[in-house]
Amino acid sequence: MKARIGVYKFSSCDGCQLAFLNLGETLLALDELVEISYFAEAGMMDEDTPVDIAFVEGSISTAADRERIRRIRDHSGRLVTMGACATAGGLQALRNLADASAWLADVYATPEVLDSLDQALPVAEFVEVDLELWGCPVDSRQLLAAVRSLLFGVLPPPQREKLCLECKRQQAVCVMVTKGEPCMGPVTRSGCGAICPRFGRACYACYGPAESPNGSALGRRFEGLGLLPEQVARRFLFINSHADAFLEAGQRWMSGHD
Amino acid sequence: MDGTGFLQREHFGELIRILAGRGYRVIGPQLRDGAIVYDDLSEVAQLPSGVIMDVQPARVHATVTQLPRYFSWANGPQALKPLLFRPVETLWQACRDDKGRLEFSAADEQEARPLAVIGVRACDLAALELQDRHFLQGEYSDPHYARRREGLLLVAVNCTHPDATCFCASTGDGPQARTGFDLVLDELDTGFIIGAGSKRGTALMEDLSLLPVREDQLAKAAVSHQAAREAQTRALPPGDLYDALAARREHPHWQAVAERCLSCGNCTSVCPTCFCSHEREQPRLDGSGSVHLREWDSCFSEGHSYITGLVIRAEPRHRYRQWLTHKLGAWHRQYGRSGCVGCGRCIAWCPVGIDLCEETAAVLGGGHD
Repeated sequence: MKARIGVYKFSSCDGCQLAFLNLGETLLALDELVEISYFAEAGMMDEDTPVDIAFVEGSISTAADRERIRRIRDHSGRLVTMGACATAGGLQALRNLADASAWLADVYATPEVLDSLDQALPVAEFVEVDLELWGCPVDSRQLLAAVRSLLFGVLPPPQREKLCLECKRQQAVCVMVTKGEPCMGPVTRSGCGAICPRFGRACYACYGPAESPNGSALGRRFEGLGLLPEQVARRFLFINSHADAFLEAGQRWMSGHD
Repeated sequence: MDGTGFLQREHFGELIRILAGRGYRVIGPQLRDGAIVYDDLSEVAQLPSGVIMDVQPARVHATVTQLPRYFSWANGPQALKPLLFRPVETLWQACRDDKGRLEFSAADEQEARPLAVIGVRACDLAALELQDRHFLQGEYSDPHYARRREGLLLVAVNCTHPDATCFCASTGDGPQARTGFDLVLDELDTGFIIGAGSKRGTALMEDLSLLPVREDQLAKAAVSHQAAREAQTRALPPGDLYDALAARREHPHWQAVAERCLSCGNCTSVCPTCFCSHEREQPRLDGSGSVHLREWDSCFSEGHSYITGLVIRAEPRHRYRQWLTHKLGAWHRQYGRSGCVGCGRCIAWCPVGIDLCEETAAVLGGGHD
């Protein structure tokens, strides 16, 4: 019997679901292997059927989200977070650092009609997560590798190495050394294929913290490149601001001293 | 001098054409993304003409001048290493047949042509000799490296513009190439003094339009060798540092380095002698087969010291210590010499400018227990 999967969206831009939808012919091969019971963006709407693997996109940012993620956890064998929002709160977790209700009052005429929690949080803060896939968005290759591993009955090997290693394997020239770009590669998890440095721009850490990130040393280097402490903080407090290592480094730099 | 000739600058393209004509895939230096990179070379116009590099710890800046020279720089982030020891390489493939049995097959070799590399430096040749010792001369020879190494033709160019990060004179590996090449060039404004280091090199020279070398040209080359040596301001202490470094395992300077170190592995990736790798499996989506890959790894990664549930070098200070004590100490016991050839790449391409020479001096110079 085919394994059954579901792809569930929470607070997010839908971009990670495209890692499935953009597979082209491989999507047909995937369809041979699994039955997709729920994937709203692709048209399957049966949310309550139990699945072997649940892929979850988006952070938990409303009371309704909170209830729904528990229901999905209950009927899922393995639960995989897909992308920065589900794994680390995503861009919308920036509100965790601010007065979210004041923001709502500033933007909306009748904020009381909105169902919005003060914090946008990672899925793992509410339910048990079996595998986290980082990235904004996730990469199709890592998604397929995860599907394959889970179908074999194992978790894929951990991928926590620094982006610099991947960047050098791609033989990209270092943008920090040649152009003085404030590249986050030395603290960021690999997996994207070093796309940004290969196109001459700095990594902005959308894959989240790598193992043993040294935010103090990198931040001091950014200061040397001309960034103010607040600008250094913003490099950490961006797409994965709620990831522990980035939150800690960002807040230290935001407070003006390391 | 016997066996040398002078290749006028306007005839340099002959060298590229002759090598290509003999079936080589010709590789040479080019300016790309602000650095010297080695890539396919089909014409002289691709060479980094007039390029001058300002290389400092963590900062590399290229300037294009009107100087007529092609090789007025020292090196770039990579040279020979990725050509022979590929950053990502398929080692084998496995397929499952109808009965579920696995069948293993060798990886398809895509590149049939032998490589000819123009613009190799003395430090690169010294590093190549070390990589040969590791990949070819041990108990197990690496067939992938061996296949590419076998046909490799090397055109060395003596270094006239060492970077501020260079210290090959102190390791004894440069700046003048003495062995391990097929041809060796000294660049002058008007052309190149060319000499052979192998029969293949001698045969190539016969096909080039060479003039006799004049005494004043030889004198100019000798002056530039001397100047390249004297321009170097960094140095490593000579000899086997194994005992000295081992006696300083708990030196506080290891922690001082770790506070700056990003453990990003840029140093080991650009190091021309570092050879560490990990292997991983890339299964096909349908589970019918798998590709087994080897990828560059680094002693600065967590996975490098992972053994059955335990990361032995969990802290960056242990990783930096591992790198330095292996490179400058244990290599003497494994390979008969230091693992450092003085190219300075680890200093230039470290994003925070950690300086191998300075750190070594700090560890060796301070007190120890």
